Amino acid sequence: MNATTKAPPLLALKGVSKRFGPLEALTGVDFEVDAGEVVALVGDNGAGKSTLVKAIAGVQLCDEGTFFMRGTEVTVSSPKDATALGITTVYQDLALCDNLDIVANLHLGHERFVESAARFSGYIDEIEMEKSSLKLLESLAVTTIKDVRAHVASLSGGQRQAVAIARSLLGEPSVVLLDEPTAALGVVQTKQVLNCIRTLRERGLGVVIISHNLADVFEVADRIVVLRLAARVATFDVRGVSHEDVVAAITGAEFGAAPNEPKERT
Amino acid sequence: MSEKEHDTQVSVRGVGGTVRRLGRMVAEGQAGSLLVILMIAAIWIFFQVMNANFLSPANLTNLMLQNVAVATISIGVVLVLLLGEIDLSIGSISGLCAAVMAVLIIKHNVSPVLAVLAALATGAAIGLFTGFMVTRFRIPSFVITLAGLLAWEGLQLYVLGATGTINMPNDFVTKLTSTFFSSLIGLIIAVLAIVFMCGLAFLGRVRRRRAGLPAGPMRAQAIRIVLIGAVIVAAIVIFNKDRGLPLAVLIVVGLALAFAYITQQTRFGRHVFAVGGNAEAARRAGIRIDRVRIIVFVVASALAAGGGILAASRLLAVNQSSGGSDLLLMAIAGPVIAGTSLFGGRGSVWSALLGALVIGSIANGMDLLSLSSSVKFMVTGAVLMLAVTLEAATRLQRQTDD
Ligand SMILES: Nc1ncnc2c1ncn2[C@@H]1O[C@H](COP(=O)(O)OP(=O)(O)OP(=O)(O)O)[C@@H](O)[C@H]1O
Ligand SMILES: [Mg+2]
Repeated sequence: MNATTKAPPLLALKGVSKRFGPLEALTGVDFEVDAGEVVALVGDNGAGKSTLVKAIAGVQLCDEGTFFMRGTEVTVSSPKDATALGITTVYQDLALCDNLDIVANLHLGHERFVESAARFSGYIDEIEMEKSSLKLLESLAVTTIKDVRAHVASLSGGQRQAVAIARSLLGEPSVVLLDEPTAALGVVQTKQVLNCIRTLRERGLGVVIISHNLADVFEVADRIVVLRLAARVATFDVRGVSHEDVVAAITGAEFGAAPNEPKERT
Repeated sequence: MSEKEHDTQVSVRGVGGTVRRLGRMVAEGQAGSLLVILMIAAIWIFFQVMNANFLSPANLTNLMLQNVAVATISIGVVLVLLLGEIDLSIGSISGLCAAVMAVLIIKHNVSPVLAVLAALATGAAIGLFTGFMVTRFRIPSFVITLAGLLAWEGLQLYVLGATGTINMPNDFVTKLTSTFFSSLIGLIIAVLAIVFMCGLAFLGRVRRRRAGLPAGPMRAQAIRIVLIGAVIVAAIVIFNKDRGLPLAVLIVVGLALAFAYITQQTRFGRHVFAVGGNAEAARRAGIRIDRVRIIVFVVASALAAGGGILAASRLLAVNQSSGGSDLLLMAIAGPVIAGTSLFGGRGSVWSALLGALVIGSIANGMDLLSLSSSVKFMVTGAVLMLAVTLEAATRLQRQTDD
């Protein structure tokens, strides 16, 4: 979509590498996402997708690589750094606290305080948090959650996913990373999540979605980036590519011989 | 789901629905305190039948005073359990800190208030050490505090020196557990507590309604307040028939209130629950989980020191067995019996008081019946086993429900 990159991309990564002992999970991967763009990150199991996302989110630091936000170099060395830069993440394992209710999970780490109470008392403003939770779920058109005071342990897979996505949006982020957001969902809930992703794009956010479901990817993404064996092997514009091409890139049937030569790169 | 919906469900499904709802409440830990209160009632009735003195005001006052030390330590235990950790050194810490206090007062002529502060600081320092070892070196708290159990007891023997026993003079420290308020002050405190409770509930409802949120069923809240109010009034009436409301009981209830507030209403408390529920999720949410852990160990050890001080105050002495024997087990068993999970993330500060009451009542009742230690240990052990089995069962239930 925004193939002519004149303005610097919203978020760009250059030469990201990560090792787990002898295992290379990422080798010199470049990655970028623009505002108002949905980029799908695809690849086989173990290709390094989650590792890349965790590096961007600051929860698992990469060994090498530079990060740029709107062209300026930034460092992400903790989840707080990423949040401060407006990057939020919906993890594959959702990272919810089962023992807390939905309101508490949505605001975890960003609790609000009653202003009239002494600041040091740390008195949480449950009412404000409950109100913003209701508003947030409503803005995402989440109709399946009836009681925001229900414990997360009692929710279905789709409801948990909705909570996880809603949580990532609470801090008005500019980049949202979603790791397999539709993996555990039924048809209707998947549609809801995809609609929600479109809403994010319309709001001008940069969205990165990891998915094994190419139908979902083709439905929602603008650009597809393929990782294979820890390297970026191809980039496609969804409008000019077939399912088969993407599958071939993922499995290495065609591009396997030249993994270091991405098809469409600057 | 609103309570209204609950109510209609019950009326539609009848008894089966009620039972299922109760089961769900137990599984979510809401009915925990109700069960414990029933347990306490059963224990009290049993011992009253066995010995008519059990429910006398004098014995009930004694029972409370016997339990203030354990209850104080248990509050700290609850915090540690909420994190999903355990601290096996709290008994030794209470003994060591009491010894530090006694030695400072008797051998070094330090003022009692300063000595108490020094004892609390010693506890906090030990907690800092434990927290540091657990977070920096990722040593399981079970292991490091097991080592501490031995080490701090050794230090206690060293601090006490050759004599081994130090008698506490009649001063600030012994007054902690031998001061009683007059009937009038007791009643005023009871009335204030009830007014405060009603005021909080009312303000909460007003704030929620103003924010356009459902305020929940008024009846359930009213019943709760009436029940708690009745317990407060009954307690004061009983205390007043004996020597009056003991200062030590007021201290422990005050501590419980403070920590109930911290765990339920503040950000720090929320983070404690989050770390205990899913530490990785808490970390990714930007919570400094190591800091939370260290603070909890510091607070729990300081509370253990506080318990040691209260025990010394009550026994009028500190000796080599202070903080030893079954104190540790009692302090951990109480909260678990009263519904705090051993696996982290679920529980409440009030379980420290209720649990101490259960265990303390059993111990006191068996003393009245002059049963031998062998029987006492077996009975207490059996109660603990029952409690952890119940807890494990509700946990299983919760998992299969998902
Ligand atoms: N913490 C870790 N320690 C060791 N190895 C790891 C760790 N995390 C990931 N790996 C390895 O790194 C490689 C990339 O893993 P990653 O989770 O990024 O894959 P993925 O593309 O997300 O796969 P999937 O589609 O299955 O989610 C895998 O071989 C994995 O085993
Ligand atoms: Mg993955």
